[in-house]
Amino acid sequence: MTSYLIRSARILGAEPADLLLADGRIAEVGSGLSSAGAEVVDAHGLIALPGLVDLHTHLREPGREDAETVESGTRAAALGGFTAVHAMANTDPVADTAGVVEQVWHLGREAGHCDVVPVGAVTVGLGGERLAELGAMADSAARVRIFSDDGRCVSDAVLMRRALEYVKAFDGVIAQHAQEPRLTEDAQMNEGELSGRLGLRGWPAVAEEAVIARDCLLAAHVDSRLHVCHVSTAGSVEIVRWAKSKGWNVTAEACPHHLLLTDELAATYDPVYKVNPPLRSAVDVEALRAGLADGTIDVVATDHAPHPHEDKDCEWQAAAFGMLGLETALSVVQQAMVDTGLLDWAGVATRMSTRPAQIGRLSGHGRPLAAGEPANLVLYDPSVTRVVDPTETASLSRNTPYAGRELPGRVVATFLRGTATVLDGKTR
Amino acid sequence: MSASSAVPAPEPAPGPDPGTFGRTVLDPHDITRALTRIAHEILERNKGAEDLVLLGIPSRGVPLARRVATKMAVVEEADVPVGSLDVTMYRDDLRMRPARTLLPTEIPPGGIDGRTVVLVDDVLFSGRTIRAALDALNDIGRPRAVRLAVLVDRGHRELPIRADFVGKNLPTSLVESVAVRLAEVDGVDAVTISGTSSGASRGGKA
Amino acid sequence: MKRHLLSAGDLSRDDAELILATAEELRTLADRPIKKLPALRGRTVVNLFFEDSTRTRISFEAAAKRLSADVINFSAKGSSLSKGESLKDTSLTLEAMGADAVVVRHWASGAPHLLANAGWSRSSVVNAGDGTHEHPTQALLDAFTMWRHLGDLDGRRVAIVGDVLHSRVARSNALLLNTLGAEVTLVAPPTLLPVGVDGWDVETSYDLDAVLPKTDVVMMLRVQRERMNASFFPTVREYSRRYGLDGRRMATLQDHTIVMHPGPMNRGMEITADVADSQRSVIVEQVTNGVAVRMAVLYLLLGGSEPAIGGGEE
Repeated sequence: MTSYLIRSARILGAEPADLLLADGRIAEVGSGLSSAGAEVVDAHGLIALPGLVDLHTHLREPGREDAETVESGTRAAALGGFTAVHAMANTDPVADTAGVVEQVWHLGREAGHCDVVPVGAVTVGLGGERLAELGAMADSAARVRIFSDDGRCVSDAVLMRRALEYVKAFDGVIAQHAQEPRLTEDAQMNEGELSGRLGLRGWPAVAEEAVIARDCLLAAHVDSRLHVCHVSTAGSVEIVRWAKSKGWNVTAEACPHHLLLTDELAATYDPVYKVNPPLRSAVDVEALRAGLADGTIDVVATDHAPHPHEDKDCEWQAAAFGMLGLETALSVVQQAMVDTGLLDWAGVATRMSTRPAQIGRLSGHGRPLAAGEPANLVLYDPSVTRVVDPTETASLSRNTPYAGRELPGRVVATFLRGTATVLDGKTR
Repeated sequence: MSASSAVPAPEPAPGPDPGTFGRTVLDPHDITRALTRIAHEILERNKGAEDLVLLGIPSRGVPLARRVATKMAVVEEADVPVGSLDVTMYRDDLRMRPARTLLPTEIPPGGIDGRTVVLVDDVLFSGRTIRAALDALNDIGRPRAVRLAVLVDRGHRELPIRADFVGKNLPTSLVESVAVRLAEVDGVDAVTISGTSSGASRGGKA
Repeated sequence: MKRHLLSAGDLSRDDAELILATAEELRTLADRPIKKLPALRGRTVVNLFFEDSTRTRISFEAAAKRLSADVINFSAKGSSLSKGESLKDTSLTLEAMGADAVVVRHWASGAPHLLANAGWSRSSVVNAGDGTHEHPTQALLDAFTMWRHLGDLDGRRVAIVGDVLHSRVARSNALLLNTLGAEVTLVAPPTLLPVGVDGWDVETSYDLDAVLPKTDVVMMLRVQRERMNASFFPTVREYSRRYGLDGRRMATLQDHTIVMHPGPMNRGMEITADVADSQRSVIVEQVTNGVAVRMAVLYLLLGGSEPAIGGGEE
């Protein structure tokens, strides 16, 4: 296989160094490296990060191949600098059996753009009534470790307790979509002054925070692992901070859009800004950034949620929830966290690669960029800017909330076990 | 309200300050004399005040109509009904400018059916305002006859319309502008004419 | 260029006063033998109703016809549950038919906003009520009715009573009355006031009896049937007792105070029959004024080469 000699990359933003990739691993790191026959990649001015790992991706296959396929979604992931994505279970059929998770896993391997790690459903058909065969999914070829009913909340306290207990047998984790269903019936946007003005049914912060608080207490009680999906409110950050201060095994993620955008955008009534959980206030955005900076929030996860045009080109109330995220995540994190001085590139690597790989128990990802490690890495140019054009996405859908917005940075190359999945900003 | 009625602009326009009105062609006494004569002529033609209705075209036609009625009351000791007729929605240039403010239409209680209506306006120019007024009248009733009284006729008709009673014929060139100011609206009575001042470019047709 | 009326908040004080003054001139049309003006001859106004509202549709239809516009009524069934006719396809159809203005009533908040800004059509859009968002022409006719009875609204006190949370009438009235200098008090049980209402630049109260003696206008809002079993209040009886306007409460009003209701009324619930039919009630006049105000809006938006009022262009 081709070996690559990456010249003058700033590893985690440090001084330039060369990296030699060979046989799927990082063969050597140093200055003035040379290797006959290696393809040379000039990385002058580029940042090298370990390949990004997304804990929260909707690939839509099987069932909604009009919105996204494993192939198109992972292509978008590679272009965004990801080498592994966790595919959420809310497909059709639901990924609640070993058969479905293995199918998704196989599709990922065939596509080859990045590793696809299926997430298993917690309950049968996301129905919230009985546990799915969590053990069978864990034991399958897909080796599922993260279980989630994402899109729906496991709101039944007993069922949540049982799930948390049960997955301990195979070191699993329950990733909870925290949304109290009764408090959010027909909810459309963050509840606040603006929802009242716009006449859109409010989505109170307490509907998220109450479930997170309960789940933290449950996880502590049964001594299991809880992962909180897409934390969106200042109150949620406080609760997770408190749970961590107790030493409980709780991790949390925040989405790029919640780090950058606010509920003010709902005033356009453009459903491209409709997302679950909803965009919140500027105060919440600040709290999320602070929480991500101090480690309360462990990871950035995209919640990449493709939807076909017709599901977004309609009345807000009738539109689907969700937005694209894979190809813009690193740029948004740069703008929200790095350019603001809240995080350095090492911090970005921790939150977008190391920690998510640990939470998902992925041994081959999130490793240091050092000799002998798997050659999963991304080369990123933070000095350029671009205006986001929805038609340029690799996703089959176009629902990016950043359309027309100027974002910093560009993924130049992504390597998956030594193979370039993206080179010069294009998939191979 | 602006300080002057400049023709051809049929509507309030940003008024030039008093110094820019140009040459005075009718002073307050001239205006009074002209209106007195018009009142007499109308009564003479109508053989008295019976069944007469005066309708002023806003904005300056309305006070003119009231003045004429007052003079008639002195001569005939009869109260001639006075009203106003807004022609905005009947204008043929309605779509050529932003939607305009409506002005009052007040038809006297007796209505206009079977009566002789005298339309009163300040300046007769293209004739288009009067054409619009005739259409507006049509939607209000059926007068026995319609007459037209104007303080100034400046010529340049674009329609086959003429005034029955004229205060003053004022030959003008198209680049000139005629401004009528009345005490009730502008605080002073005067008719002035100016050369190529800003007034001449105010495109509307009276 | 502004060319839509989407929100009462789009109107400046000058805009609002121009509409009221224009409506005042147009109101007399009802007394004339020929109730028609030629201003919108050759213009096409489409009444696009995704939600049943015979009253509002008839009012707009009468307004457009009295201005000589061609009127097309388009009733597109559908609800938030069954999407039915797509707003986009419908608007493309109307565009193809050459509509100059689309008067839209929709169950979804923001639908008129979408229609005006999505680039599907070039028509002027008039919001005839969207979801629980706004109903600007209702607010205009309410303000017009108040203005006719009370004169200048500067410093006048208006109490809006009832289901503010779900009321587009309350939202539009609060915005417009603020613009016109009136002092608005929203009166409701706490469950029926929106979160964040303290940012609306209005007073709020849970106590109707305390508000009534000081107010110049009492506007009662309709309580929708579906609220009655959703724990917003315990029972209809308790609601009426605490927030209904009856003869006893009406007796505490100042002599000049008027009683309004956007209709249709639940007689015996938010308002008793004796109040609705009393001398203070201007409810029937609101309906009459609705036509004049909608004529004024249509004339000012469509009568000239460009609109004289409004907003919503992004």
